[in-house]
Amino acid sequence: MIQKKYSPFLSFVRKEFFHIFRDRWTSIILLIMPILMIILFGFAITTEVKNAKIAIFDPSQDAATHAIVDKLSTSEYFTIETYVYSQNEMDNLFRKRNIGLIVVFSEHFYENMMHGGDAKIQLIADGSDPNYAYTLTQYASALLGSYQQENISHNFNPPFQIETTIKMLYNPTLKGAYNTVPGVLGMVLMLICAMMTSISIAREKEFGNMEVLLVSPLKPITIILSKTVPYIVLSLINFTSIMLLAVFALKVPIVGNILLIALISLIFIFLSLALGLLISTIVKTQIVAMLISGVVLMFPVILLSGMIFPVESMGVFFQYLAKVLPANWYIAAIRKVMIQGLGISSVSKELIVLISMAVLLIAISIKKFKVRIE
Amino acid sequence: MNSTAYNYQNDISIRTEGLTKRFGNFTAVDNITFHVKKGEIFGFLGANGAGKTTAIKMLCGLSKPTSGIAMVAGYDVATQAEHIKKNIGYMSQKFALYDDLKVWENMRLYAGIYGMKEKIIAYRINEILMQLGFENEKNTFVKTLPIGWKQKLAFSISIIHQPEIVFLDEPTGGVDPAARRQFWELIYATAEKGITVFVTTHYMDEAEYCNRICMLVDGKIVALDSPKKLKDTFSAQNIDKVFRLLARNTNRT
Repeated sequence: MIQKKYSPFLSFVRKEFFHIFRDRWTSIILLIMPILMIILFGFAITTEVKNAKIAIFDPSQDAATHAIVDKLSTSEYFTIETYVYSQNEMDNLFRKRNIGLIVVFSEHFYENMMHGGDAKIQLIADGSDPNYAYTLTQYASALLGSYQQENISHNFNPPFQIETTIKMLYNPTLKGAYNTVPGVLGMVLMLICAMMTSISIAREKEFGNMEVLLVSPLKPITIILSKTVPYIVLSLINFTSIMLLAVFALKVPIVGNILLIALISLIFIFLSLALGLLISTIVKTQIVAMLISGVVLMFPVILLSGMIFPVESMGVFFQYLAKVLPANWYIAAIRKVMIQGLGISSVSKELIVLISMAVLLIAISIKKFKVRIE
Repeated sequence: MNSTAYNYQNDISIRTEGLTKRFGNFTAVDNITFHVKKGEIFGFLGANGAGKTTAIKMLCGLSKPTSGIAMVAGYDVATQAEHIKKNIGYMSQKFALYDDLKVWENMRLYAGIYGMKEKIIAYRINEILMQLGFENEKNTFVKTLPIGWKQKLAFSISIIHQPEIVFLDEPTGGVDPAARRQFWELIYATAEKGITVFVTTHYMDEAEYCNRICMLVDGKIVALDSPKKLKDTFSAQNIDKVFRLLARNTNRT
């Protein structure tokens, strides 16, 4: 007769789920907060811009276009990064370079302007970061407006008109939600995986359970795995619910490959788990685990990920600081795939950075976990 | 009683020879040698920092000795820690129960961790509930139990898989004297079933309950005998006095 045996691993995972669902606040944090965050961060916050990189497409090359380009480049808001000479070049510009705005002049600009024809300027912005894009187009329009004003007063010719049109690439209706979804995803996954894992491991230590578990035949790796599995499951549930909310409630289309988005998210989940594990090897109590995850992980993600303030308008120090935050690489990759619809080759840099960070952190935290047992 | 009298391998649960653990220049456990008989209640006494915890960690297979030998349940701590872990139970002063799990869920969790079979788990859970008089508390959440009950539950769980040896690390901290007496009755019942009890404590009155006690000062064994013989040797009224005499020259505090 075969006797049923409880797997040590499953016994342990079951217990983790009890911890989560029997505590009201834990359940709320894990399942309701992500939804609240999506709603809260759905509001766009306007921000200031300095020295944003722009590109110029100027087929006219005349006095008027040169004057306007001068005006743009001498303002403190913009720096001219490059000139483009064909429509095709423009398509790749946002993907390859860190360009915020392309200013496109119509042909025979000066002639049309002086002779009542329609001189046109088009401003093309990267709408996947709508706060930033919106601010850039506003500033550019204002500069164009002032150019027009100056010329009216210095010129006795009949009034002329420059028509400015604004086109938002990737996010045509400039929805704040486009920016919110990747950001909230990054925050929620970081919160669940890093913060909750570190708290739950710290709890085992605080109440002396860890000692007993380490003396038991459970291998350290089994303990780690069974502590993390529930949070992986919850992360995937939240990933799914955020995606569904994004598509059906916020009307943000998923342009890119959903499997690629899931893959990037999974890498980020492992990275966050490793971070949580690392924190738990340092701290002894739940409250310290929570504070460290909050201060070291959550605030920088909220403040430096470009969710609220564009990273482009921050000081150099913060721009570098933002670069070492795993969440920023994740959010950037998700933006590219989910909203711009780019493929795996366009996010290879982000993927490589995320994978290297994950491998490094997992190695360090497992090593630290073992050292602590010794 | 002379410890070298137990030469028969089968009668010995724990045997150490010159067991030593150094951390850098600091010798936490210094060349300790002792035997613990099967079914014996062996008390490990010492002030904080005397090396008790380090010694227990080595015996449980959590920490490798710097030098010397320790055999626990017939296995070498340096090379066969995995076997040792299956054959020992462990209870700490923090009890290590999960407050948000019910009494029986706590038992089942640890039974599961030790890979016990389902039928045996059900049998053991009922047996323990009856032994503790907890029949009505099966579905009670542990957080609502009084501390004395938690202590008894934690102990019973530490031997749910019927190990050869159970290590109790300061198990009676924060418990009132009546509950402590009840707890020692449980320890006696366990030892009678042939489970070796290795207990550390700094309550000297509790040491009197042990079959033999080993006193540790600055990582070294300064006395090892039955409580009665120790009192006779040092012509002291109680173990506390014996300990004060021996620990007078301690270097660590």
